[in-house]
Amino acid sequence: MSLVNDSVLAERTVRAAEGADFAEVRDYFELLKPRVMSLVVFTALVGLVRAPAELHPVLAFTALLCIAVGAGASGALNMWWDADIDARMSRTANRPIPAGRIEPGEALSFGLVLASGSVLMLGLFVGLFAAALLAFTIFFYVVIYSMWLKRWTPQNIVIGGAAGAFPPMIGWTAATGTVGIESLLLFLIIFFWTPPHFWALALLKKDDYARAGVPMLPVVAGDGETRRQIVLYSLILAPLGVAPALFGYAGTTYGVASALLGGAFLLSAFDVWRRGEGKAAVAAARRLFGFSILYLFLLFAILLAEPLIG
Amino acid sequence: MNDKPEGIVLTEEQRRRRRARSIAIALVLAGLAILFYVVTIVKIGPQILNRPL
Repeated sequence: MSLVNDSVLAERTVRAAEGADFAEVRDYFELLKPRVMSLVVFTALVGLVRAPAELHPVLAFTALLCIAVGAGASGALNMWWDADIDARMSRTANRPIPAGRIEPGEALSFGLVLASGSVLMLGLFVGLFAAALLAFTIFFYVVIYSMWLKRWTPQNIVIGGAAGAFPPMIGWTAATGTVGIESLLLFLIIFFWTPPHFWALALLKKDDYARAGVPMLPVVAGDGETRRQIVLYSLILAPLGVAPALFGYAGTTYGVASALLGGAFLLSAFDVWRRGEGKAAVAAARRLFGFSILYLFLLFAILLAEPLIG
Repeated sequence: MNDKPEGIVLTEEQRRRRRARSIAIALVLAGLAILFYVVTIVKIGPQILNRPL
């Protein structure tokens, strides 16, 4: 028999409802930035598959899991650090911390536990060099990019892009224990892909970034300079995309496809540059942003499929 | 004797969310235990059968 007084129970229930709301499982999942994580897993898988060494499937799965969790940890720590910025931008205002569904401290400890767990597991089960690279990637994304570069320089995503470029190299290192020129090429492709990709988005979300005080290139140097830089980076990216075939690390299928895709990327970048202001310019930036994702996905998908096709 | 409940009484929704989180943690732990077991077997390899009886 309950001796609890109904009015006391009701009062406590109201007080609990007024306090911090309990987060759902999906809020913690959202902290991991699942869409970024999926790209990281995909590019790391390509690094693993193209590496000239066999890794037991269970260990390969473990390596990918560790890389995915490490990337997720970076996302959680980035959301913890950037909660104030996220609250001021429409694109990110509904993330778990600014929306009040998860306390900042929870996100911090969640990220730290996942980061140390993933690095430890990768080191113990797969290899110390791969684990060291994963640890450096997490450090680079959280400390160098999020804490230092993002609010300080319009070159934030240029240098910070290295964090997103490391996963295929980690995959490669997990299989071989070393960093080959081939994995360096994969790194460089993502590194030079990042600026045109993010600046196309920044052209569309310039006001958001300005409101949040993030010195993205269009905010600091204007749309014209951003478009010029997009073209410059695309001019480096297009031949770099073909380089794995030129160096003999990828086959003819990849060579032809990467040349065509690179050409299309360049056309899209020139289109952004040519359009100037207005609705057509917005549409061109949106097209480039969308195509940049397809471009990277297709390059890596072909690299992944080529050994299977033969 | 004081019969009043101590602490905060959770709402039904909060209870549901806590339970979902607990289940998620349990599943992750079970997954890790299985993974650690399988990885150990893989790392030891055929040597696992080569031991004095």
